[in-house]
Amino acid sequence: MGRPQTVSSAIVVSAPRRPPPVRETGIVAWLRSNFFNNIHNSVLTLLAAWALLVTLPGFISWAVTEAVWLTDDPKVCRTAAGACWAVIAEKHRVMLFGTFPYDEHWRGVLVIAIVIGLSVVSGFKRFWSYWLFAAWLVAMGVILVLQLGGVFGLRETGTHEWGGLPLTLIMFVGTVVGGLPIAIFLALGRRSNLPVIKSLCIGMIEITRGVPLITVLFMASLMFPLFVPEELNIDKVIRAQIGMILFFGAYAAEIVRGGLQAIPRGQYEAADAAGLTYWEKTRKIILPQALRIVIPALMNDIIRAFKNTTFVSIIGLFDVLGATATALEDPLWVLYAPEAYMFIFVLYFCFCFSMSKYSEHVEHDLAKGRNF
Amino acid sequence: MDDKNSESRPPESAANVIVEFRHVHKWFGDFHVLRDINMVVGRGEKIVVCGPSGSGKSTMIRCINRLEVHQEGTIIVDGTALADDTRKIEEVRRGVGMVFQDFNLFPHLTVVENLTMAPVYVHGIPEDEAERQAFELLERVKIPEQAWKYPGQLSGGQQQRVAIARALMLKPKVMLFDEPTSALDPEMITEVLDVMVELAEAGMTMIVVTHEMGFARKVADLMVFMDDGEIIEAAPPDIFFENPKSDRTKLFLSQILTH
Repeated sequence: MGRPQTVSSAIVVSAPRRPPPVRETGIVAWLRSNFFNNIHNSVLTLLAAWALLVTLPGFISWAVTEAVWLTDDPKVCRTAAGACWAVIAEKHRVMLFGTFPYDEHWRGVLVIAIVIGLSVVSGFKRFWSYWLFAAWLVAMGVILVLQLGGVFGLRETGTHEWGGLPLTLIMFVGTVVGGLPIAIFLALGRRSNLPVIKSLCIGMIEITRGVPLITVLFMASLMFPLFVPEELNIDKVIRAQIGMILFFGAYAAEIVRGGLQAIPRGQYEAADAAGLTYWEKTRKIILPQALRIVIPALMNDIIRAFKNTTFVSIIGLFDVLGATATALEDPLWVLYAPEAYMFIFVLYFCFCFSMSKYSEHVEHDLAKGRNF
Repeated sequence: MDDKNSESRPPESAANVIVEFRHVHKWFGDFHVLRDINMVVGRGEKIVVCGPSGSGKSTMIRCINRLEVHQEGTIIVDGTALADDTRKIEEVRRGVGMVFQDFNLFPHLTVVENLTMAPVYVHGIPEDEAERQAFELLERVKIPEQAWKYPGQLSGGQQQRVAIARALMLKPKVMLFDEPTSALDPEMITEVLDVMVELAEAGMTMIVVTHEMGFARKVADLMVFMDDGEIIEAAPPDIFFENPKSDRTKLFLSQILTH
């Protein structure tokens, strides 16, 4: 063709498609890549193995082989070398239901079952609808009836008798259900163009964030009654609940605000250009995206809210931890507090770990088919 | 608008004017970004706005649906003077479609939902009716098969065509295009411009900020050249390209038409 010879060239070949190279498999390869892939990790692996070897046999013999599993006689435990798990069987009613009347504990069981059952159902996206929302409202009504009694021939049980796991769950669900909307409104308000709303929201968030939860609860339980006339005196559980809602709301508001700030300006402009009003824009365009972004951080706060329910024992309410402490005041069993607290540890872990897994699942689910 | 040769077009009767700028000024802080803008856009007209970056052309068209607020002068859109009244602004916005450089589709909604969102919530059109209209428009922009995907699964060109369809859903009286092809890979520009040409031929009023001069020659009734916040030159395309008056226009044209 008369073209000048150049140094550039390209070789045209037709390479067949083939699967990627297979990595080494098998137990040895797995061990090597996970435990012994370099000298530091090999040393660490050996150290960890040594530590396990030293501690694990002792723990197993204490917790399993030498343990007493069931007895109503604490003396049996005293002679045994291992753990006394019998304390859980012996005291579980008080640990789980606190000062709630013994014969009415079945109501507490129902409350626990309703909350856990509905939470599990809520975990499936296919059930997400207004019916689920309605179901929660109905459930809250049922729970209140079960806890308060006084109707349908149920014995009346005032909030001073509430306690244990039902109280923990009620406080927790109330905090999240009441706190999330507050968080969203505070976050929106903090970004408002109206100076009054903006400063009110900032003040509210900063004041609540600026004090420990215990202070909020003390305010609610001890100081609040001093300021208001006696006939206005609101129930202690409700006051504590409001305190916890505000506390959770203020923290979660800052998380939601982070999500709002992460939404590109173009989204606001596109919604504006389409003529959506502020609330349409917020509800349909901005919040769904913002909340999705903050699910991990929000779940972190929700889990913390669950654990924060233990603070109510400070103001004389017996949540499941407080009830356990009370149960262990029995001098016959007081020695076996570690075993009882390990049970509570497992209980809290189960709740918190499932919430964390649930959030992971939701995050994954919402991310399907979208790369934003 | 058929009188393409006279630079000062015949005075429009008020009923025929869709957008009018009268002595509009705007500042960003101390920066005087729009300086004494005067422009009349008649119904059915296609205006192409060009100019170097930072010349204020995007800001100017964003003033039309009040994504930017001007400080002095008057902007009248379809008989309504833009002012702080929120409800009036929302009403004006419903008559003005906008296509952005970065598409700004709603990533959490499917293509169909992107289209039906505003008609269902703003106009209260029943969902199935809105969906039917959505499919008609997706047909028109030639991507009905993407209807149930999310924007993140589409190419840039497809996203921009969805964005055009979304803007058309509200049956706007005027369409604003803010550099609609600047964020696209070269092979996707044509598919978007084709849709815009088709739209122009169907008689839509359009104000387009773009550097696609081929497109401008094809559809523009009036070329507007802006620099440094001012309208430097406004002329029908044949005059604008063949015989520009201002040196700045000449310089700009020589820069973008080199290759």
